[in-house]
Amino acid sequence: MPVPGIDPTVGQHDPNLLLQAEGVTKSFPGVKALSGMRLDLRKGEVLALVGENGAGKSTLMKLLTGIYAMEEGQFWLEGKPLSVKNPKEAQDLGLAIIHQEFNLMPDLTVAQNIFIGREPLTGGFFTKPKALEAKAQELVDRLGLRLDPRAKVGSLTVAKQQMVEIAKALSYNARVLIMDEPTAALNEAEVETLHELIRRFVTPETGVVYISHRMPELKRIADRVTVIRDGEYIDTLNMAEATIEQVISRMVGRAIDTGARPVNVRSDRPVLMTVENLSTKELLSDVSFELREGEILGFAGLMGAGRTEVARAIVGADPRTSGTIRMRGRVVNPHNAADAAKVGIGYLSEDRKRYGLMLGQSVASNIAISSLADKFSNAGFIKEKAIAKAAGEQRGNLRIKTPSVAQIAKNLSGGNQQKVVIGRWLVKDCDVLIFDEPTRGIDVGAKEEIYHLLNRLASEGKSIIMISSELPEVLRLSHRIVVMSEGRVTGTFTAEEATQELIMALATHQDAVVPAADQEDHR
Amino acid sequence: MTQPTPSAATSTVAAVEAGASSMLRRSLQQLLAFAGLIGIFIVFAIASPAVFPTYTNVIQILFSAVVIGLLSLGATLVIITGGIDLSVGTGMALCAVMSATFIVNWHIPVLIGVIMALLFGGLIGLVNGFNVAFLKLPPFIATLAMMMVASGLALVVSDKRPIYFDQGSGYAHLSTGSLIPGVEFPNAIIIYAVAAIVAGVLLNKTLLGRYDLAIGSNVEATALSGVNVRKWMVIIYAVAGLFTGLAGVMISARLGSAQPATGAGYELYAIAAVVIGGTSLSGGRGSMLGTIIGSLIIAVINNGLQIISVPQEWQNVILGVVILLAVFADQFRTRT
Repeated sequence: MPVPGIDPTVGQHDPNLLLQAEGVTKSFPGVKALSGMRLDLRKGEVLALVGENGAGKSTLMKLLTGIYAMEEGQFWLEGKPLSVKNPKEAQDLGLAIIHQEFNLMPDLTVAQNIFIGREPLTGGFFTKPKALEAKAQELVDRLGLRLDPRAKVGSLTVAKQQMVEIAKALSYNARVLIMDEPTAALNEAEVETLHELIRRFVTPETGVVYISHRMPELKRIADRVTVIRDGEYIDTLNMAEATIEQVISRMVGRAIDTGARPVNVRSDRPVLMTVENLSTKELLSDVSFELREGEILGFAGLMGAGRTEVARAIVGADPRTSGTIRMRGRVVNPHNAADAAKVGIGYLSEDRKRYGLMLGQSVASNIAISSLADKFSNAGFIKEKAIAKAAGEQRGNLRIKTPSVAQIAKNLSGGNQQKVVIGRWLVKDCDVLIFDEPTRGIDVGAKEEIYHLLNRLASEGKSIIMISSELPEVLRLSHRIVVMSEGRVTGTFTAEEATQELIMALATHQDAVVPAADQEDHR
Repeated sequence: MTQPTPSAATSTVAAVEAGASSMLRRSLQQLLAFAGLIGIFIVFAIASPAVFPTYTNVIQILFSAVVIGLLSLGATLVIITGGIDLSVGTGMALCAVMSATFIVNWHIPVLIGVIMALLFGGLIGLVNGFNVAFLKLPPFIATLAMMMVASGLALVVSDKRPIYFDQGSGYAHLSTGSLIPGVEFPNAIIIYAVAAIVAGVLLNKTLLGRYDLAIGSNVEATALSGVNVRKWMVIIYAVAGLFTGLAGVMISARLGSAQPATGAGYELYAIAAVVIGGTSLSGGRGSMLGTIIGSLIIAVINNGLQIISVPQEWQNVILGVVILLAVFADQFRTRT
């Protein structure tokens, strides 16, 4: 009897490989997204899949789950040829995929989310909440998760929401677990919890494909790593033998210096902005620091330490209960981002799609938006040519990869979208740029570019606040580092003093006893 | 321009080309809507060759499109923000009553009275905008409340009776008179055309239009980009209110009287015109030309169906189906 998703017309393959891809090719108008792609997932292993954004990872996943139709090539599951037509079929065959963006309903409980569409029913219509909870509890216990089946998903931390997503995927008795950037929004402790879960999942009959940009993590969790670049298979390495530099150089096709240190560090520059006793109702308490001209000031801390809140409070996006913000000694205290922009403070959010870009508008419109009133209009009329010119300049200056500035922002890669937002504030000519996680969701090659850009901006006299959860990034770029914990500043380091250990010590200052993963929902 | 670098020059060229192609695509969308309008027109022309495609009847169609047309211009601006304005119908009736109050009861000169009526419409919009932007009421609720307030106030101010304009005051001339001597071409159509051009310029050439689209695309990103979103929301609703005011003047000029109990239901026709024209109800995307075509489609359908003696109740059914088809076609087109 034919099984949905298994193509009986194609011959068998090596049944010892859990999942295999061969010659997979897919084109979109104007782009070859994948060309002759290969992948071998052995039974009982964690296979890392790395590649820059746009390398073709998500296309591969969408082909595997039948969201896209295959052009050429073949997938095999335990030697049987796959021809999955939709994600449901993939699920039934034991392929579980955890996407970067969750598919959860925030107002439903953990149990309701996990078993959505499969609720225990009476008479095929009436729900049985008790049975549902019991089922969820049983699953959660089996996976060794600490989740309350009755908790509303919307009230959970990102890490816990991800656990729900995983529990949901595994409830289908998955044999292959594919995770796309699972740790993008997790802190160190949460990453460790996730890795434990993965280790428990892996048996001689199952396997994991782990897609990530975070190199050090791969060392810890993966057995082998497959590198892809520009839609093509490059190499597969044994993790135990490979160095991170080897992996990265295959990804970007060139060697990268991972030992880079801050440049142009000087302590004699004049102070540009001072923040004194900044507090907010929920979290911040007496945050004070100063920012010098041409300085990159790093903000380190765990998730929820209040770094983003500091940025939002400075630009007036969230109300302050106290605090004075001075620019060149003059009190400015912006009430909203419009005020902040006027005095030369620009904030680049960590969540580009939600708080950064107008995705449906052109690159040019996105670059121009902050400067429309003062630079690109005359008596209220838009100066279209001036916008095209300025946007074109930023495209060249920042090397934004887009066929034209009339391109819709949605169609750009993460790194290029970030550059569009940077271009916006460069056109506005702000003196202070607050970068919140400037490289989140950006691939390694583009990260390097962003780093160079930040260094260049600082050397050109811009003052930069860089909030980042990646300590190597903070250490690499920051002239000075402010460490926060629980809404307070717990220390400041110069570039020479700072080490990962010292920063982590201060970042966990207030709650050294309680692991971060256990702090529920202080948001 | 000083010597551009080669890359800057090519990028400008590319930008112009891509701009042209996206403009082409946009005008293609409008072309399709326009083709729909022409198609409907041809069908009626075949069904009633003696009456429908005559000069008199075409003028009649344009004339009948004026009021809903004006309302839909303002509604387009509001809908592009991702909002909705339910108060334009009864707001229009209230503006008509205010116009009559100013001119008939207070003996204010016609021109000044008309301007005051427009500003009164702007005031209604201003209150809507304030409620939406500062009190953070959902636009549906804020303007639903205003719809009821305006409907009530129109009755209160007029004491529940129509107010008639003096025949000699020239007020009716605003609508039914003809600037061009000897030719029967009502002023109302000219006023609508001018208003449509103003609305088109506002949306496509000015800060207001740019911020309108930006807010509709992503209100939070727009705010963090340093745009005073609340201020511009109030301005956009207020400008939409000016169009409501103008519609109030034009409907009362056409009738020669301000009818306080009318107006309800017009807001839905205005929204229908906007939607048929391809403006997205989720905001961030829209076109004035589309809205104008949408208003004309409604006018042509109503007029044509009347001429071929389709009963009023069936006219509504057909109009409803047209709205469904138009939006479906638009979604289908944008999806592919």
